[in-house]
Amino acid sequence: MLSLDHLNVVFNLGTRRAPVPLKAVRDVTLNLEKGDCLGLVGESGSGKSTIGRTILGLNRIETGRITFEGVDIGNLNRKSEMQLRQSAQMIFQDPHSSLNPRMTIFRSVAEPLVLHTSMRGAELRERVQELLNTVGLETQFLYRYPHELSGGQKQRVCIARAIALNPKLLVLDEPTSALDVSVQAQILEFLKGLQQRLGLTYLFISHNLAVVRHMCNKTAVLYLGRVIEEGPTEELFQKPLHPYTRALIDAVPLPKSGQDKRSKLIRGEIPSPIDLPPGCAFYGRCPHALDGVCNLTEIGHFSAGADRYVSCVLQDPQRSAALS
Amino acid sequence: MSQPIIEIRNYSLNFWTFDGVYHALDDVNLTVEKGQSLGIVGETGCGKSVTVRNILGLLPSPPAEVVSGEILYDGKDLLKALPAEMHRIRGIEIAMIFQDPMTYLNPVFTVGRQLVDVVLAHNRARGQGEKISRKDAETRAIEMLNKVRLPNAEKQMSNYPHQLSGGMRQRVLIAMALIGRPKLLIADEPTTALDVTIQAQILELIAELVEELNLSVMMITHDLGVVAKSCDRVAVMYAGKVVETGTVAQVFDHPAHPYTQGLLRSIPHPEKNVSVLEGIPGFLPNLLDPPAGCRFAERCPRALDICRKVTPVGNPLAGGHVASCHLAEELEAASA
Amino acid sequence: MTQENIIMAEERQATWRERHQSTIRQLRLYAHTYSRNASAMLGLAIVALFFFVALFGPLFVPYPEDATGAIHLDNKLQPPSWEHWFGTDEVGADVFTRVIVGARVTLHISLFVTVVAMLIGVPLGIAAGYHGGRIGQVIMRLTDVFLSVPALILAIAIVGSMGPGVQNAIIALALAWWPGYVRLVQSKALSIRSAIYVDAARTMGASNFRIIFVHILPNCASPIIVKASMDMGMSILGIASLGFLGLGAQPPYPEWGAMISTGRNYLPDWWWYSFFPGISIFITVLGFNLVGDGLRDVLDPRGRK
Repeated sequence: MLSLDHLNVVFNLGTRRAPVPLKAVRDVTLNLEKGDCLGLVGESGSGKSTIGRTILGLNRIETGRITFEGVDIGNLNRKSEMQLRQSAQMIFQDPHSSLNPRMTIFRSVAEPLVLHTSMRGAELRERVQELLNTVGLETQFLYRYPHELSGGQKQRVCIARAIALNPKLLVLDEPTSALDVSVQAQILEFLKGLQQRLGLTYLFISHNLAVVRHMCNKTAVLYLGRVIEEGPTEELFQKPLHPYTRALIDAVPLPKSGQDKRSKLIRGEIPSPIDLPPGCAFYGRCPHALDGVCNLTEIGHFSAGADRYVSCVLQDPQRSAALS
Repeated sequence: MSQPIIEIRNYSLNFWTFDGVYHALDDVNLTVEKGQSLGIVGETGCGKSVTVRNILGLLPSPPAEVVSGEILYDGKDLLKALPAEMHRIRGIEIAMIFQDPMTYLNPVFTVGRQLVDVVLAHNRARGQGEKISRKDAETRAIEMLNKVRLPNAEKQMSNYPHQLSGGMRQRVLIAMALIGRPKLLIADEPTTALDVTIQAQILELIAELVEELNLSVMMITHDLGVVAKSCDRVAVMYAGKVVETGTVAQVFDHPAHPYTQGLLRSIPHPEKNVSVLEGIPGFLPNLLDPPAGCRFAERCPRALDICRKVTPVGNPLAGGHVASCHLAEELEAASA
Repeated sequence: MTQENIIMAEERQATWRERHQSTIRQLRLYAHTYSRNASAMLGLAIVALFFFVALFGPLFVPYPEDATGAIHLDNKLQPPSWEHWFGTDEVGADVFTRVIVGARVTLHISLFVTVVAMLIGVPLGIAAGYHGGRIGQVIMRLTDVFLSVPALILAIAIVGSMGPGVQNAIIALALAWWPGYVRLVQSKALSIRSAIYVDAARTMGASNFRIIFVHILPNCASPIIVKASMDMGMSILGIASLGFLGLGAQPPYPEWGAMISTGRNYLPDWWWYSFFPGISIFITVLGFNLVGDGLRDVLDPRGRK
């Protein structure tokens, strides 16, 4: 349904004459089938949000292709663009800043309907009310302004706006990370139910591993713009193959007693995405790094079971064959 | 039992707003013992930040108004302390670190300059005869940066804050907080803006420094995982009240307040495979006009008639575990 | 039938209240915050008085013909008295009358200047901020050139080339005044352009036109209003300066600056001639500035520091 094929996105931090390229997304290939919920996990600078925004046409594709229902997103005409705008929608991290502070809830939710349909007047109001009911908001909010709503309510408004045109794909960019946990739980469950009811496909972008594990059937882990591991969620979490995935999972503090206040951790910080050294981007922090291997050559993706890929030399079948 | 380093007693605080009086805190009681770390956890609007802000007198009044209570530090009520006394306590006896280190670092001075200034200012505030030279102050600063495990400490002294990464800035801020050798560290969401791998490093650092420098810690966070991992005791706050306190094991393994239980059922737990997150339906009560009785009653699945009439007081359970709920004993037993 | 009508009317009223309940509350909050600011309230009183005088004053002045250059030489340069509150000038015209009528002239001119400056500056600012690119560059450099010359000097130069007169002075001031709006709106539009709600609108397929008018312009409104209220005062000062220099209104046109200019020759013995127009300018400009400050505190609290 949605496929990313060797996608590269580059930002220019410099000027046109003296460009400073930042490779935000490097050679990413992903596939979503109808009804999937694919989790994109990574820390800041991993390019997870950039991927989402690129799918919605907010960033320019450097090389590679994104196809959505067979249509190449890279070159759209006006008609197919309007088509895409209806069938793919995005929900952003901060519900507060994704609503225009000068627009009432009614006008915000009505915006896509006004843009794409001929609904007006009473019909429009009815549809907006219906949408608000769908996301569990009372109609008393219709003529309120965003600042009068709580974070969870605002995110529900954003969801109502996103599903107004019956889209097929929702890109959820950290949809709950600005929310409190009790509200997060409600929104997550609501999104899950919505997916089943409307047969939606989700691209779920999050830094929160527990949330991704709860929500997604497939997960891809990103590090500095590259997918370093990908697979069915449960398998990936139970048996992470890439040292970074392992470290990421270990770093999350759990809500239970009896944890050691100190634990063995990966050292160092994420290197700057400008001027990346050759080889594995995780080389500098990896506890298993092999000098002369990991820091020299680009690491390919190795298959590790059904639908599982990992980008680490330790998982290279040829190498392990050669060693043994 | 060891001595408390700070004790907040019957603390109530109001804010004057356009819409009326906002009852931000109601009868808050918290104690941190020497060498202990207390995690204060709760959701937006529960008053966790407000509680600690006034320990250092950081809330402007008006609009804030202390209605009742005292904050005892070493037996002295900080709410009644004179400005000169506060000046001596702030940063030297009690230090604070914040969520966004960039806001608290001055972007136009180097890291070294800012640390040195703090050392000199502390020296002046202490008012001891011996004057410390700039050179000595610099040595102290580098020593401290090494202590917070900032790589290339000496070189970093001449860097500006924007040249550091988020994790490194937080280390600098911790160094700045601890350079006056405080006895109590207040950490307000210290890792919220950081990535998980960096968060883990910072939490570990704080744990190590607590032991090394014999610190007591008050850590405010919304993340139950952070509290569970890095604190000894937990206080759960809801709508301006402390609803439950106890050790990490008591609160996480035997939660005795329905709100705590609701919170724990709201987060996806990587080890228990829950299929449905329950969440807590409903909203925070309007603190401009707080309801009678228990403030959680409206959202509570176990609420009884009494809950809407009588405000529950701290119900002591075994081993210092306290829950402000009429049903605390029953719930604690049931959650075993 | 009538009863039905009443019910329907009631219903409609109720829904109107309901629909605007949030707006009403917001406005009440603004009014409350503003009214607690004493200097802003003083400014508001001055501005209200100024508008009242400018709109209705000319209808009640004691000697209406004096405003347009009637001459009573036997009555010239009389000190303030019961018949002539502000005294009379060198041709015997009543200064009080001329000051009141001058208020209307001043209001006309300053409104025109401010509105024209906004009409030029805001669209250019939006274009530069939202569109950016080469067009934005060109607009901003042009603005910088204009801003590098003080507005008044620029206006003097423009009038100089067109010849003195009220019309030309107004045009000159309007032309000198717009760059401030470009700067203001450009920076605001630039930050709103990357706001998430604009991204969201874009992903929904909103056109640039819609994004500008629905999302960007309304969110630029507060600082524009604040600047406009300040500029009312500043343009009064500007027009009076041009009049004083003999480049704007020419005597006997009842314009405050021109009156001071002529009255200056009669100082200090016939002080009232230039004093009353002068104090009028002072108070009015002060009033607009206080209102602008007050509005800024209410609408744009962060814009202060």
